[in-house]
Amino acid sequence: MRISLLALALLAWFASVAGGRIAVAASLVADLSNHLIAITTGFTGTDVLLFGAKEGEGDVVVIVRGPTSSISVRKKSRVAGIWMNTDRVTFSNVPSFYAVASSAPLADIAPPTLLARHQIGFNQLKVQAPATVDPDRMRDFRAALIRRQQRAGLFMREAGEVSFLGNTLFRTNVYFPANVPVGVYLVEVLLLQNGNVTGAQTTPLIISKVGFGAELFDFAHQRAAIYGLIAILISLVAGWLPHILLRKA
Amino acid sequence: MQIYLPIAEMSIDVLLLLGLGGLVGFLSGLFGVGGGFLMTPLLIFVGVPPAVAVASQANQVIAASVSGVLAHWRRGNVDFKMGLVLLAGGLAGSLIGVWLYSVLRRIGQIDLVIALAYVFFLSGVGGLMAVESIGAMLRQRRPQATRRKLHQHIWVHGLPLKMRFRRSRLYISALLPLGLGFAVGILAALMGVGGGFIMVPAMIYLLGMPTALVVGTSLFQVIFVAINVSFLQAWQNQTVDIVLAFLLVLGAVIGAEFGTRFGARLRGEQLRGLLALLVLAVGIALATQLVVPPEDVYSLTHSPGGGG
Repeated sequence: MRISLLALALLAWFASVAGGRIAVAASLVADLSNHLIAITTGFTGTDVLLFGAKEGEGDVVVIVRGPTSSISVRKKSRVAGIWMNTDRVTFSNVPSFYAVASSAPLADIAPPTLLARHQIGFNQLKVQAPATVDPDRMRDFRAALIRRQQRAGLFMREAGEVSFLGNTLFRTNVYFPANVPVGVYLVEVLLLQNGNVTGAQTTPLIISKVGFGAELFDFAHQRAAIYGLIAILISLVAGWLPHILLRKA
Repeated sequence: MQIYLPIAEMSIDVLLLLGLGGLVGFLSGLFGVGGGFLMTPLLIFVGVPPAVAVASQANQVIAASVSGVLAHWRRGNVDFKMGLVLLAGGLAGSLIGVWLYSVLRRIGQIDLVIALAYVFFLSGVGGLMAVESIGAMLRQRRPQATRRKLHQHIWVHGLPLKMRFRRSRLYISALLPLGLGFAVGILAALMGVGGGFIMVPAMIYLLGMPTALVVGTSLFQVIFVAINVSFLQAWQNQTVDIVLAFLLVLGAVIGAEFGTRFGARLRGEQLRGLLALLVLAVGIALATQLVVPPEDVYSLTHSPGGGG
């Protein structure tokens, strides 16, 4: 477990270094206060600081995305007085976490085509649903998907703020709640000048379970039968122990 | 104090879990039921994913049942022969139940079927028990009223494969407890409960067992049903959260000790009346959830491997 974590952290570091090199004309440099969020037994959510420097004028947009997966949205309606699931649309390519922060309102600094290309904002998320779903139904289900994810704290309700320190330094905070899914996250930082992207950098962020909780999780998945037997044994002993103690007392 | 549950993937207050375990343990010690019918809805209510709630509370049921059986065994209140026959039916039934569960999950109606099963059985069993125990209390107040016949002959007594259950003082067809175990086994697998709350009244009213033996015998059978459920869930779905189970068990064994002592001071029909009220209350609470318009008609289901 520890070795694989180390490998992941190294990977993150290499990728962030490489990402920095790719940046257009090195006009933007950014990094995270922490590249690995460790979910331990005491984890109750955490803030990660993103900081960086830019060259010249321009606005900064930060997009954080969790690993994508498929999510089914089910709709209940009343059948014979009882609320039951009657409709369902499955979306694929849904990010498990999504947050955006910018130094100015997005509509003021970026044209719609740019927002669409970089999937900035909920309306631009390229989540996929079967083509058979008609537009009205699609719109309702898509809105519900975003609303439920926001309610769970996994999609930020509104864009966060990127603040400047002087003309070159910038920073922003991203909050990850206790129920944040594990996996490799991508933090994309864009420098916008006159409605064009003039600098970009992508940094990975790894969210992983560590310590006792992680070892239990791995054990439960890799040695499922033994894990189950141990759980049963603990329960049997727990039920039996008080009787021995009471008999002696 | 918050603790992160590694399998449920959420953080929750330790004292809340100990308290829930203690409360359910107290009631299971008092009434001789595993308490799964109460624990599963409570856990889902505090935000534990339903699959993890169903699987992990089975461990709490194991501990509570072992503790209960030992207490009843010391007083000679367990009919092991009857328990084994019920168990044979129960294991066969739970296999069918697990299969039904996966079929219903594919159609997307598992939540509704579980909720309906809870509402139907809780209100049905609760209602019947309430009526019976009120009747018993009334009869006791008026001793001159006609007493019920000790043994009534109905069609079930004509079934073949008669078997003698010495401790229960019964001579009935083995098909009866086998069938009862089978039916409860299906429900137990579907609803994620040990099935004690259905088994206990069925043994009293259907099999005609003496009330004193019913609780211990049903707990004996529930131990193995819960072990089966817990193992299958851990092995097939990896939904047993040991941390969650351990905290619930810890609270439950302490609560059960108090429950058993408190229960010894109550009379049989009072005990049945109270259990009936409790079962009815849970049934009504779940029924309202089905009828009241939901806050949001949309809900999300993460596909397997979706990490949530």
